[in-house]
Parts: sequence; C-alpha cells; structure tokens
Amino acid sequence: MSTLPPLSAETDNEAEDTLAPVRPRGRAAARLLPPTRLTGPIPWVIAILIALVVIAAAGGLALRNLASSANAGLSRAVSVQIVEPNPDLRSARGAAAVKVLTGIEGVQAVRLVPEADLNAMLEPWLGEGVASGDVPIPALIDVELTRSAGPDEIARIEALLGAQVPGARVDAQGDWLRPVQDALAALQYLAFGLIALVALATAAAVWLSARNAFAAARETVEIMHLLGASQRQIAAVFLRDVVREAAFGAVFGGLAGAGAVWLLGQQFAALDSGMVGGGGLMLADWLVIACIPLAGVLLAMATARITIALALRDML
Amino acid sequence: MSDRPEGHVKFDNVGLRYGTDPEVLSNLSFTLYPGSFYFLTGASGAGKTSLLKMLYLAQRPSRGAIRMFGQDLVTMPQTRLPELRRRLGVVFQNFRLVPYLTAFDNVALPLRLAGTEEKKVVKAVGDMLDWVGLAHRAHAVPPTLSGGEQQRVAIARAVIARPKMLIADEPTGNVDPEMALKLLRLFEALNNRVGTTVVVATHDVHLLKKVPDSLIMRLNKGQLSDPTGALRYPPRPSAPGTGGS
Repeated sequence: MSTLPPLSAETDNEAEDTLAPVRPRGRAAARLLPPTRLTGPIPWVIAILIALVVIAAAGGLALRNLASSANAGLSRAVSVQIVEPNPDLRSARGAAAVKVLTGIEGVQAVRLVPEADLNAMLEPWLGEGVASGDVPIPALIDVELTRSAGPDEIARIEALLGAQVPGARVDAQGDWLRPVQDALAALQYLAFGLIALVALATAAAVWLSARNAFAAARETVEIMHLLGASQRQIAAVFLRDVVREAAFGAVFGGLAGAGAVWLLGQQFAALDSGMVGGGGLMLADWLVIACIPLAGVLLAMATARITIALALRDML
Repeated sequence: MSDRPEGHVKFDNVGLRYGTDPEVLSNLSFTLYPGSFYFLTGASGAGKTSLLKMLYLAQRPSRGAIRMFGQDLVTMPQTRLPELRRRLGVVFQNFRLVPYLTAFDNVALPLRLAGTEEKKVVKAVGDMLDWVGLAHRAHAVPPTLSGGEQQRVAIARAVIARPKMLIADEPTGNVDPEMALKLLRLFEALNNRVGTTVVVATHDVHLLKKVPDSLIMRLNKGQLSDPTGALRYPPRPSAPGTGGS
C-alpha cells in the first residue's frame, strides 16, 4: 500500500490547470445511482391524468369539428318564408319568389320545399291535421348563396324580394343554430380548461414525485455534489427515473384514453345523426391526440428539472 | 515576497457563524501552499470540521475572502464550483459512501463525474482498490464492509482522481493504530510522489509525530494558532513542493 499506483485515468497537470467545463455523459451519469423500479402510484397517476387529457382533448376537437361542420353547411343557406293564409295566393307568391330569387346576383340555388315535405316535417308537432289545410303553413324556399349569408346580404335579398313578393321573410339559417354554436363553443372552452387543469395536476404529481425522490436520496446527492457533480449531472440521474415513470404513465394513459375515445366515437357513429356525424375526429385530430403523451413526458421532464434545480440551489 | 508561490488556498480574515449564533470561527487568515502536509488539530468543538467544510466547499464563510487555486470563491458563480471540487479529494469523518453502490462504484464516482472513459475507470479503480488492499471486496456494498474497510474505500475515492489537495477529517478515527499508520503512509506517498497538498484534521496528537515534515495548524475556540510556523512563508525549509531543500 506504500506505492501509489499509476493511474491510467490520471489527468495531466496541464489539463488540471484549466477549469474547463466538463460535459456530463449520459451513460456515466446513469451509473451513479442504481436504477429504480416502477414503484408507487406516480406512473398510474400520470396514466390517469394523461387519459383524462386525451378524452378532454378529443371531446374539444370533436366539438370544434361539429361546430365548423354545422357552420359550413349553414353559413351560405337562407330560408325564405311566404306567410299567406290563402293557399292559392301563397302558392303563386312562392313561385314568384323563386323566380325573383333565381335572378338575384349571388344566389346559387333555389328550391321551393314541397308542401308534402313541410307537412311531413311538421306532423310530429301539429298532428295529422296539418295536411287538411286548417292550419296555414307558410311556403318555404331554401336558398343557397355563393357567399356567406351575413346581415347585409340578408337585407339586400329582403329588399329585392319584398318589392315583388309581399309577406316574404328572409332568414339566415345559421341564425337558428347560433345558440347551439355558442353552447358548443362553451363546451370547447370547458374542454381546454380541463386540459389545463389536468396538465397542472400532472405537473404537481411529477413535482411531488421528484421532490420525494430527491429527499430520499438527499445524502447521496450531497455526496455527489461534494465530489464535484454538476447540477446537470445530478438532475440527469433523477430525470432518468422521472422520465421512465412519466413515459410509462403517458403511453399507458394515452392508449387507454385513445381507446375510450374510439369506443365513444363508435357509439356516436351508431346514432347516424347528421349533426353528430359532423363531430368525428380527422387524421390531424388523432395526430394531435398522439402528441399528448409526448407533451406529458416533456412536461414531466421540465417539472422535474425545475424541482431539482430549486432543491440544489440551497446547496453551496 | 516576490518569489513567494501562490498558495492553493488563501483565507483572508474569514469568519463563520451558523444562523444568528456567535462565530464558531473568527479572523482566520492563512495560506496553504502546494505540496505541503498540514495537520489541523484542536479539541472537539474547536471548529476543525467547520474549517474543513469551507475548505472542501460545503460551506460559505459568513465574512472574509477565500481564494482557491487562484479563484475568488466569493465572486465565483455557483455553477463553476463543481469544477473546483473535482480538484479536491475529501475523506469525510463518517466516510459518506453511497450505500447502494459497491466499493468499486464508490471509488469510481469522481472519475465518472469527471467524464473519464469507462475503460480507464475500470483499470484505475482496480489498481486503487488493490493499492488499499480491498481488491477482493470490490463488489461489496458499504453496509457489509467493516469500519476500516469503509475508511479505505473513502480514502481510495478521495485520491483516485489525483487531487491537487486532499482534505481528511479524522481519517484514522475508526481504525486500529496499525491501520492508522498505513493510512498516514498512504497520504505521505500522495504528498511526496504526486505533490498533493494534504490537510488532515485530527485530535490524536500521536499522529503528528508520525509525519516528520508535517506542519501544524491548531484551532482553539475558533481561533487559529501557528505553533510550527505553518502559516508563514516559507513554512518550513524541508516542506515538499515549497521550494525548500
């Protein structure tokens, strides 16, 4: 023991005199502490939170698709009602209105809704007597414009039509859906609010996990610190475990959430409702959903790094 | 004065207090020169460990200035301290081995932290464990090692990276006299062959006589005295690495 062994790893004096920054190496950092196994509830908490984010995001995206689908179908649609109790006069005015509308610039298509169709639509509410003529039903004309049916456009059509067809009332079909669209928008905001809250909860779970792991290994961290470990090296050791736990939770939660969304989609598709059909998820939506687990892992990494940096700041 | 070499460490009117308590160390002004062997003595509670903590950069002074290897510790950013710590080898009073790691991995820590190639780490650590007589215990974890074995692992870890300065806090406190002497010879070898500055804190006055060229710094109630002129320059004509003969 009296002869100091020559060290193959010995650094030369010139190198020692330079306080050059040492880059931590991933594999070397990984050997500093033994790997920990996936224990405790954190991976499962992250899995549940990621699944909730996936479901909330899918809901928000589906609602957005639903709103834009409904809006696209109705934004250029206009209804013209001819309110006239005399059936013959109503029929004549309806035909006149179709003629006038067809000649108006900006009108792409005009369709007088057949009386039989109107009766069929109203029968569930007014009963079978609707076809008897006892209840005067306005004539209805569907008009499709080449551009959006804004208030100015409606006023222009109303003015042109009113001069030749008294009693004609022009409405943008989108107006009927405005309260529905407002409700859909509110639901979208709710979904995105939920995503933000769950992201915060995920960050809090990771923060607790990283803090507990750090506290449990504080003695070891202090030793590494005093032996010259940089903050990056110490953080890398903990990040390795945090990332593994977060990745497990994110993948598991992402798959579970996507599975739930797919099942819900199948259920809604079975309703075969025109409006609900517009709320399906597109390929781009699925790509966004696929990014959620990755975002969860990145969020976990950032949270763990900040937590460890704050804990190390207290050490000299 | 112009031929005076710059010391590894320079304390200038340093004081240390914990919280609002009175200072445990007061008005410390001294220089540690390259290649010297220092004993830091004093009764229990004299402040030896507190002084060592400042030396191995675990504690900031409450006042005064410290320069280490030409760097001003007061103005040095915290992010650069690890680079400075890698020039030190520390034998802690209670060893402070990582309990999950084997003796081999504990000794390898400083090299791995410095980013040394793994092949070189394996060779160097094997040689070092052989040197301290623990090659056969390379895969044992600290809880299964005896006090003396743990102490030798701690020493091997402290010297593996060839530190510029070795700081040892009561390094012979847990070993028998024969092993204590062996450890001191090890420190001497490091001091003589590599030129490492050695600072050994001990309250065992018998140890002081075992290293003839050593210099003594004595702490008493937080004040430093200089019985052998260790704090003056040149500290001792025969002191290695100071230009003495």
